[in-house]
Amino acid sequence: MASSASYVETQSRTGAFWGLLALGGLFMLAAFAAFLHFEHSGHVVTGMDNQIVWGLPHVFAVFLIVAASGVLNVASIGSVFGKPAYKARAPLSGLLALAMMAGGLAVLAADLGRPDRLVVAMTHFNFKSIFALNMMFYSGFFAIVAAYLVTLMDRSLAGYNKVLGFLAFFWRLALTTATGSIFGFLVARSAYGSALMAPMFIIYSFAYGLAAFLIVQGSMYAWNNLKLDEGILARMKNLLAVFVGAALYFTAVMHLTSLYFARQTDYERFLLLDGGIYTAAFWLGQVLIGGILPLVLLFAPGATQTRVIAASVLVVLGGLAQMFVTIVGGQAFPLEIFPGYAISSSFQDGIVNAYSPVIGEFALGFGGIALAFLITVVAVRVLRFLPQDDFAALKAED
Amino acid sequence: MRAIAIAVLWGLTLVPAPAFMAFAAAQAAEPGRTPLPAIAIEKPGQCVEPKDVMRRDHMKLLKHQRDKTLHQGIRTKPHSLNECISCHASQKTGSVTGAGGFCQSCHDYAAVKLDCWDCHQPKPGQKTAAGVKP
Amino acid sequence: MSGDMNRRGFIAAGAALAGLTLAPGIRLIEIASAKPDNEPVTSKVRWGLLIDTTRCQSGCTECVAACGKENGLGEVKKPRTDAQWIRKIDLKELKTGRAVSLPMMCQHCANPPCVDVCPTGASFKRADGIVLVDRHICIGCRYCMMACPYKARSFVHEPHSDQNPEVPRGQGCVEGCTLCVHRVDRGGAPACVEACAAAGHNAMLFGDLNDPESAIAKRIREVKTTQVRADLKLDLGVRYEGI
Repeated sequence: MASSASYVETQSRTGAFWGLLALGGLFMLAAFAAFLHFEHSGHVVTGMDNQIVWGLPHVFAVFLIVAASGVLNVASIGSVFGKPAYKARAPLSGLLALAMMAGGLAVLAADLGRPDRLVVAMTHFNFKSIFALNMMFYSGFFAIVAAYLVTLMDRSLAGYNKVLGFLAFFWRLALTTATGSIFGFLVARSAYGSALMAPMFIIYSFAYGLAAFLIVQGSMYAWNNLKLDEGILARMKNLLAVFVGAALYFTAVMHLTSLYFARQTDYERFLLLDGGIYTAAFWLGQVLIGGILPLVLLFAPGATQTRVIAASVLVVLGGLAQMFVTIVGGQAFPLEIFPGYAISSSFQDGIVNAYSPVIGEFALGFGGIALAFLITVVAVRVLRFLPQDDFAALKAED
Repeated sequence: MRAIAIAVLWGLTLVPAPAFMAFAAAQAAEPGRTPLPAIAIEKPGQCVEPKDVMRRDHMKLLKHQRDKTLHQGIRTKPHSLNECISCHASQKTGSVTGAGGFCQSCHDYAAVKLDCWDCHQPKPGQKTAAGVKP
Repeated sequence: MSGDMNRRGFIAAGAALAGLTLAPGIRLIEIASAKPDNEPVTSKVRWGLLIDTTRCQSGCTECVAACGKENGLGEVKKPRTDAQWIRKIDLKELKTGRAVSLPMMCQHCANPPCVDVCPTGASFKRADGIVLVDRHICIGCRYCMMACPYKARSFVHEPHSDQNPEVPRGQGCVEGCTLCVHRVDRGGAPACVEACAAAGHNAMLFGDLNDPESAIAKRIREVKTTQVRADLKLDLGVRYEGI
């Protein structure tokens, strides 16, 4: 084990630190303004309506929640699978998991029709609802990850580290299964209602979480003028490539199985061919920017820290595109109430639902990222979260 | 610093606990002046329960009745919000809210926020009786 | 109080008379003996609607207007965000071009997806089969709207102050057709059903599906009726004839 003296303190560059806080604070302020505006005037001032009931806030919120559970994977690989390179990154991984979960949940709560009743959501549970189950998973996630971090920081409790690491690992798998099932259990809509949703969300979470981790880790090394060990960088980039490839594979399987069922072909045609912005978000956003380009960057010879970060940023952007396609695209496609009939009504039956988000919805979404950012920046400033590699152990492993 | 951080993290483990209950107590009061309650009983007579029971427990009675009405279809009159309103609405404003309103004046004084009126009509209205086309 | 009782008795008699004048065997409005106010509803009753699409006129929106008036929804001014508990749907069969017009509202499923998904239990089904939202615990998450196969739910997008005292509703909660539960509990029929009869179409029949002697149960025994999206096996309270 590296002695604690080898931790590098990030106490320098005070001005830049306050600058970062101010930047995050500005985004938070904008999000808070949007929140007050929506709650005062009602959702009529947003782009969401009775057809697109979940919009951009949910795209950001679900992305953050999925990525939060994925980012914990780094710690799990260290604690559960005993890899020293990842073990050194466990504290940062746990911190990011907490920060991103907090950001995602804040956005989700801020978009409720009655956010004043958050306490109702915490005290009334319909145990058949996967959504209620998610709320328990989310709050349990905070408890378990926080306790896990304690065992990493308090030497006297280090003995519990392994147990909590395992618990956190299984908890996060269950959590993402439940998150994917929010969509998987929607039997009525063509875009959802597939058991594949749960494992697919787990794979997505692996990719988005690791990408987020690599971005933060890269920034921290750059901030401290440190260079990440090339061996570690190579391992982590290869792992990201595997996750991105697996995400692409699941996406392909999902759509190919869907295409096989005759009743689903209309939806697939919409999404893959003539869905306008959703088709573009799928092919350009999810597949090209979030899948193929990162793979090219990661597998091209001579990977550098900059290139890995660039690939990670692309994976995150692709992830947001994927959530947009899944959440908004799935609602934009008309709900089939009478198969075999052309349908029209005053309630937008049978037409592709339009969605034009207002700036406040972007503000709310970015506010979630800003909250995660602020928590991370402050925590990294006051505590030792910079990975401390024990190169002797790494060498012994090879 | 480290000890504080560990304490904060331990605190986080309590997130699932009803720490959230505190939010309920944080329902903010109206700022500004503190007007004394002006409880005007315009229709003299006996309320559905003795005065001290009503003062102390009207919210419990209302909540009990609300759940029975909504979930079981029990529509007895004595503890129904609409019956309160039809008896206690001000003859001037026709409402239990607003300045001097039966509900609002006391709730302003006690600094207990009412969100009944987000959904419920504070004025007694033309009830559409069963089977009648208005 | 007593005036109220008299009025109700008078109305019941009037409705019974109106019922007698309809085609033999079909009473438009079930004169279910109203349950006493202090008794809870039971699962002995399963309220249902039968909609005869062959009598429903395209372009006629009497039921929609009556619903808006009864429940304080008003007219639909903003079609994207205004609540629509009931809507008229025009269908055209793609192969044959056969046209059908029908009203669509909450189908009051026996196995409602909205109730399954609701995190707080605000979405619930009464013992007599009426699916409702308890706005006191609805947090406005809109998951039920995602889950409903019929788009029967609306989200209240704006503050309101013009509620009917018997139909509380407000910003930030999800809502849908209540089958005019406040009327049904007093022995009445939903506003849409009455309006359809008043307009002379008689396309909607309301009654107790569990009572073999009720007009709706008899009619469902006699003619072929359809449950929309029957493949989902939700056991609907609303049935359609002629689609």
